[in-house]
Amino acid sequence: MQSIEWPYPIRYQKESEVRTDVLVLGGGVAGCFAAINAAKKGTMVIMVEKGATIRSGAGGAGCDHWVHTPNPSSNITAEELVAYELESNGGYCNGLSRYIAARESYDTLLELEKMGAKIRDTEDEFKGADFRDEKTKFLFAYDYANKVHFRVWGTTFKPALYKECKRLGVKIYDRTMATSLLTKGGCQGDRVVGATGLNIRTGEFIIFKAKATINCLSRHQRNFVFSSELRGLSSFRPPNIVGDGHAMAWRAGAAFTMMEKTSPTTFGSGYSFPSYGSGNPYNTWFPCTMVDAYGKEIPWVDRDGRILTNVSERSRPAPGQKFLGERSLAYNYKKPQLIPDLEERINRGEFTLPLYADLTAMPGDEKRAIWGLMVGEEGKTKVPILQVYTEAGFDSNKDLLQGYQFIRGDQMSEVGHPKERTTGEIADAGGLLIDWDLRTTLEGLYAAGDALFASNYYYHAATTGRYAGRKAAEYARNAEKPIIDKKQVKNEKARVYAPIKRKNGIEWKELNAGICRVMQNYCSEPKNEELMKIGSLWLRDIEENEVMKASADNPHKLMRTLEVMDILTCSQMVIHASLARKASSTFLNFLRLDYPLLDPPEWRKWITIKLTNGEVDIGELPIGFWGSLEENYEAHCGLP
Amino acid sequence: MAKEKVYATPNIVTPNRPVIFDSKICNGCNRCVAICLMDVLIPNPKKGKPPIIMYPDECWYDGCCVLECPKSGAIKMNHPLMQRVRFKRKDTGEHFRV
Repeated sequence: MQSIEWPYPIRYQKESEVRTDVLVLGGGVAGCFAAINAAKKGTMVIMVEKGATIRSGAGGAGCDHWVHTPNPSSNITAEELVAYELESNGGYCNGLSRYIAARESYDTLLELEKMGAKIRDTEDEFKGADFRDEKTKFLFAYDYANKVHFRVWGTTFKPALYKECKRLGVKIYDRTMATSLLTKGGCQGDRVVGATGLNIRTGEFIIFKAKATINCLSRHQRNFVFSSELRGLSSFRPPNIVGDGHAMAWRAGAAFTMMEKTSPTTFGSGYSFPSYGSGNPYNTWFPCTMVDAYGKEIPWVDRDGRILTNVSERSRPAPGQKFLGERSLAYNYKKPQLIPDLEERINRGEFTLPLYADLTAMPGDEKRAIWGLMVGEEGKTKVPILQVYTEAGFDSNKDLLQGYQFIRGDQMSEVGHPKERTTGEIADAGGLLIDWDLRTTLEGLYAAGDALFASNYYYHAATTGRYAGRKAAEYARNAEKPIIDKKQVKNEKARVYAPIKRKNGIEWKELNAGICRVMQNYCSEPKNEELMKIGSLWLRDIEENEVMKASADNPHKLMRTLEVMDILTCSQMVIHASLARKASSTFLNFLRLDYPLLDPPEWRKWITIKLTNGEVDIGELPIGFWGSLEENYEAHCGLP
Repeated sequence: MAKEKVYATPNIVTPNRPVIFDSKICNGCNRCVAICLMDVLIPNPKKGKPPIIMYPDECWYDGCCVLECPKSGAIKMNHPLMQRVRFKRKDTGEHFRV
């Protein structure tokens, strides 16, 4: 690749200042909903987004399921949904935000429809299908009896949200990376009064003065796995989601919880294939028939091991089972699945690798729902899978799509190295601690979506964004005028621009890979005090040496370098939290050799971490710290 | 035959071509440059020409550049070789690949 002159004007160090009532950091699903609902309250709103809002964020490319949503076609209640989520996670689940989500996600979905998004089968493409509610034309997934998980046309969502933001006068700063939070008097732990941003094309510095700020910047990623060589940047969420929001809130003194939780590598491995692009029976492809190399069908069983004889039964609860969870290992909510001893039976020669997804064996409506609707509307499927595979000759009426389960490399059931970890890439990861206003522990700072600890999917990001937007607008109405601390801005500018002043230093990719190696070696599984102390030392070494020599020769690489600095901060947070939990836990995927007892009762609690006067401050909270769900929701939701 | 010069060149990054532009169809409107969440593309200094794939190793393969492109066929996604999946025709047992 030849070098060419940077195509955008360079404005390093140039500073501009803007003011607003509500500042939304991150223009993804949560950010857009937050901005829209704050604007509807009559407040002035600015939204800052690193990409381009129309298609940015984890949900920008699309979405196939809108799950956990009580609605008029279903008998399942919000309380029942949260009970299932708590049970499935041994209590380590954000009961508070998931209750808010369950209470309001149906209204949120209808709000989205009003903006122009498609949420029902208006063209009657699936008329008479087993999973269609004929009256409302809604399509459901996973559990056709209980109808609590919607199938949706998610590629229409983000453009509709973007249009609505524009219509309501939200001022959008695209291609702007938020770099830090500004606090009253520049003090850690004090009220948040705005943020700083960097234009990633021009390098211009922007100071956002705000009465209220909402962190919708998703969560940490790329802490354990980073490789562009193996399959392209190997992250489930967009690679520009790195934990910028976590890192800046940490530096500002906000409290976090569940940061010690990591997971075995699934989506994150470099050996997986394009998301939703290989044969499998999970999630987007649920409940696709799987066959072996000779066409022998792999049987499905319900939670009791009862063999299911027809496709329809795969999407219905077992006798005596209340409803099916979207993803749960808990007996009460477990979905039908392929026979659990499949690997042994393959080893015995009963089934032959490789396995294939056999859409041809699926009833017509089910086939079209998987290939065309789910694969099509889910993010990263419309072009990369549906279009590219069809152009390569794949025909869902004739062909079997190979799966890579039990070989190496799938995206849902990959056989990974047991010690290989990842974080932030699947549903449950650590994040900001919030109260019933979705306010963080800092005055003036709210949070939504994946910025929250133990967050969940699209429906949750949208609904918590909607709620946080309302609450932040209410606060901003009576909040004092924000005053910016000049010294804090000056220090941040020095930090942000340092890499462009250096030549021939280490670049961001090697820095990222180095941090990941430290985390894989010293904070994966198993853990102990000594290993993690070495991990901490290593990260500090990198911070004091390599980071101080890092260089970037244009605004794009400067952004990437700043991202890796945030990845370093988030990695340190993971180690602080992991050192603080002196017990092992099944539910947190947390194994300590020096404290091997699993989930002892005295450790059934949340560990919180924050910075106070620059020192790590460890705290704890009881599992159900949010109290009565219904009472607290009613008292705080701000709805008539 | 004229003697062809040989150069010492660095290795290119992997993957290197996440998308392929058809310069006959692309009119250089740079809509894809505006869309890409990773800012992989930059405008071509020559007006009307397809954008330059400046940071191919940062591509997330979400296909939004193709989805939002106003000129059908101007951009094609190109999965890297190690990301290509196989399929088999059920009746005939013939093997194919993406």
